Amino acid sequence: MNEFRKDFPILNQEVNGHPLVYLDSAATSQKPKQVLDVIRRYYDLDNSNVHRGVHTLGNRATDSYEGSREKVRKFINAKSTKEIIYTRGTTTSLNTVASGYGRQHVEEGDEIIISYMEHHSNLIPWQQLAKEKKAVLKYLDLEEDGTITLETVRNTITDKTKIVAITMASNVLGTINPIKEIAEIAHAHGAIIVVDAAQAAPHMPIDVQDLDADFLGFSGHKMGGPTGIGVLYGKEALLEEMDPIEFGGEMIDFVDLYESTWKELPWKFEGGTPNIAGAIGLGAAIDYLTEIGLENIANHEHELVEYALQEMDKIGGLSIYGPRDPNQRCGLITFNLEGVHPHDLATVLDMNGIAIRAGHHCAQPLMKWLSCSATARASFYIYNTKQDIDRLVEGLRGAKEYFNDVF
Amino acid sequence: MSFNNLDQLYRSVIMDHYKKPRNKGSLDENSVTIDMNNPTCGDRIHLTLKLNGEIVEDARFDGEGCSISMSSASMMTEAIKGKDINEALNYADVFSKMMLGEDIDEDIIDELGDVAALQGVAKFPARIKCATLAWKAMEKGVKEEPK
Repeated sequence: MNEFRKDFPILNQEVNGHPLVYLDSAATSQKPKQVLDVIRRYYDLDNSNVHRGVHTLGNRATDSYEGSREKVRKFINAKSTKEIIYTRGTTTSLNTVASGYGRQHVEEGDEIIISYMEHHSNLIPWQQLAKEKKAVLKYLDLEEDGTITLETVRNTITDKTKIVAITMASNVLGTINPIKEIAEIAHAHGAIIVVDAAQAAPHMPIDVQDLDADFLGFSGHKMGGPTGIGVLYGKEALLEEMDPIEFGGEMIDFVDLYESTWKELPWKFEGGTPNIAGAIGLGAAIDYLTEIGLENIANHEHELVEYALQEMDKIGGLSIYGPRDPNQRCGLITFNLEGVHPHDLATVLDMNGIAIRAGHHCAQPLMKWLSCSATARASFYIYNTKQDIDRLVEGLRGAKEYFNDVF
Repeated sequence: MSFNNLDQLYRSVIMDHYKKPRNKGSLDENSVTIDMNNPTCGDRIHLTLKLNGEIVEDARFDGEGCSISMSSASMMTEAIKGKDINEALNYADVFSKMMLGEDIDEDIIDELGDVAALQGVAKFPARIKCATLAWKAMEKGVKEEPK
């Protein structure tokens, strides 16, 4: 799959005297020139505000902006573009659900269920909502390998549960959760399911109707698009009854001195001048990924993870977190090397041109569950190769020697 | 693999403090206690200081973090023990300057002892926060103490 590397000019550089190996796509992916070109062209030729101009540029900008919304709809197989709301990213998407739907529906004594593997952005909004409403926040327990069983889900969700918020793919463990089955259980108890798809949307096909997801959020920048643009999908009926979160221009129907009414979906949730170039860039990223095929991307990452697990296992003192079965995980591996703190490891690798992430990955409760304060993470995307993994493994061996033998 | 640049960061004196931290632990409840963390990476320090008037009589630390943050804490406690509060604050100031890569007076470097080994951190911007955590905690501690 190295044929895609040429689309990512950033990869063609040396870092600290070594060819760059970028293994931090779970934090943010690199952007193909196809996306960069579209954004450039928009600013060069069409830049204008959307939904208000009578002039030609305004129309072009609006057409591209709304055209991208249709691309997003198709990408996740939503029924209608009314269900596609542009946001700043997954964090805003999830916060919108918590403060919109959540505040309207959760009452004292109700339950909100999340899991130990949630990113802070799918944890704190629910924690705060539970505090505000005196609702009960419950955590789905993890198995030793970092997976969640349906039995656990069945035993945790009750008739008091109003919201189940869960990640589709963990940004630390790599675990892919059985969203469709969890949704079924949630719905049987009258709860809704909110899906954090930040780590899923870039890497695997998503069909919101098949999953029967009530809300689902993801970010453009992790899937080849620009930063500052994301998506909130919501079932039309749920969004319809939800009040707007932000008020101002763009989102109103009619404004009087003491009363106002809102635009119809999806615009009632898009107050202010939106991130037009971002939305158009996201559309271009979707075009790019769709042309490659999400199945092909998933398979490619699968191969890389399988190879990486096999090679990393050969390094003594290296522990890998999350499921051992490559079929159960997405394209990232979180690990620790005995005797070398992840930050030190990341610095050593960086000096050798290899970019990885070190820290708590915005998942402190999960770090507690793993009984460590920090971990290292290598994450893969379409442009990564087995050679990249060889470089990583070589780097890890070098780091181990450096810290254990030199000192 | 290349390690030449790394040797500017990781010196044996740093690794020695990391592997055999000085003043590790906690002082009794009569001491000044400061808990601080680095929210971006998860490093945390629990620092206790025993102040007698203007003098830092004793200092202990506990915590979790990388070799830079933990060795820096170990060195800092060694440097400030027995020193006047103002001296300790001056050291913190000097340390900040050191992290900015500014030239430091040779005499003060001598006074700081092992701390000088952290000079190389200035060349690794992402790691400066690791090195300054313990110093920030100390500054907070001695400033909070009513005089």
